[in-house]
Amino acid sequence: MGIFDFLTQRNKNTANVAKNRLRILIEQERGLRDAPDYLPLLQRELLEVIRKYINVDVDAVKVDLHKDGEHNLLDISVALPEKES
Amino acid sequence: MAEIIVVTSGKGGVGKTTTSASLACGLAKAGKKTAVIDFDVGLRNLDLIMGCERRVVYDFVNVVHGEANLKQALIKDKRFENLYVLAASQTRDKDALTKEGVEKVLNDIAAEGFDFIVCDSPAGIEKGAFLAMYFADRAVVVVNPEVSSVRDSDRILGLLASKTRKAENGERVQEHLLLTRYSPERVEKGDMLSIDDVQEILGLNVIGVIPESPEVLQSSNSGVPVILDETSNAGMAYVDAVARILGEDKPLRFTTVEKKGFFSKMFRS
Repeated sequence: MGIFDFLTQRNKNTANVAKNRLRILIEQERGLRDAPDYLPLLQRELLEVIRKYINVDVDAVKVDLHKDGEHNLLDISVALPEKES
Repeated sequence: MAEIIVVTSGKGGVGKTTTSASLACGLAKAGKKTAVIDFDVGLRNLDLIMGCERRVVYDFVNVVHGEANLKQALIKDKRFENLYVLAASQTRDKDALTKEGVEKVLNDIAAEGFDFIVCDSPAGIEKGAFLAMYFADRAVVVVNPEVSSVRDSDRILGLLASKTRKAENGERVQEHLLLTRYSPERVEKGDMLSIDDVQEILGLNVIGVIPESPEVLQSSNSGVPVILDETSNAGMAYVDAVARILGEDKPLRFTTVEKKGFFSKMFRS
């Protein structure tokens, strides 16, 4: 990250920075758009529980609701750190 | 059947009212009987941009509450005889507009043989913005090439797809993206999102690109919508956008850096 920050600053192409930030953010927000209100809270509480045992990043827990045919599928994924810190 | 077009954005200050005024003038100039309604209850400004602020006697809320009839409240434009303005009220009561009240006014306007009703939405995603978009057939989402505006536009696109009458009936509001305050020079330098960037992020093509230009402020100063200044790039870009809304095929203009020739260097700074 640090190296890329340095490069983009040198090129001063802040438009690319804006585009990448927006892409990530909007994808995230679209995922939550039609989701039930409890999802953000569920995500936060899951994160708290996991962090009791594993030192994960604050954005390590992803909670998504998918439609799979007639069923709603709650998709929870947790990104673990590469090695124990 | 009157077609209802909402001009919306989420974020404030991106050019909704400027756009509403110019679209309404452009549609009227194209021979369409057009009404433009200010939904920004409490903070009316469309009357100023249209240049009819001294002729507002009755407003939208008066009509909704039955204190005036539609004929009394519709202000006839002095430039186009088929163009009318319905001003917002200055009342502070946020609940002055109701869904039923707005629906009745829109139906009454449609019954007068109007071709287009342009709804100028307030900023935000509160009741006024919701009511402005609820009955829309089409939406013009005004967006600046800037992160917060693009993000808010995506929110608004989400609302258009879920919180409108069309959406509730399983149909879709026809969405158009209008990119305003665009500066090809800054895009070339890499410090402004390009048309392609915005289209890609929002997943929607532009119906028009309005270049950043000093005439927009001059027009609002004098109460003459910028589309009527056909010597300005912004005005001409609005003319093109209206033509596209009416189904014409027009290439984009003023979206690349102008190479200044000797004469333009002499006469323009």
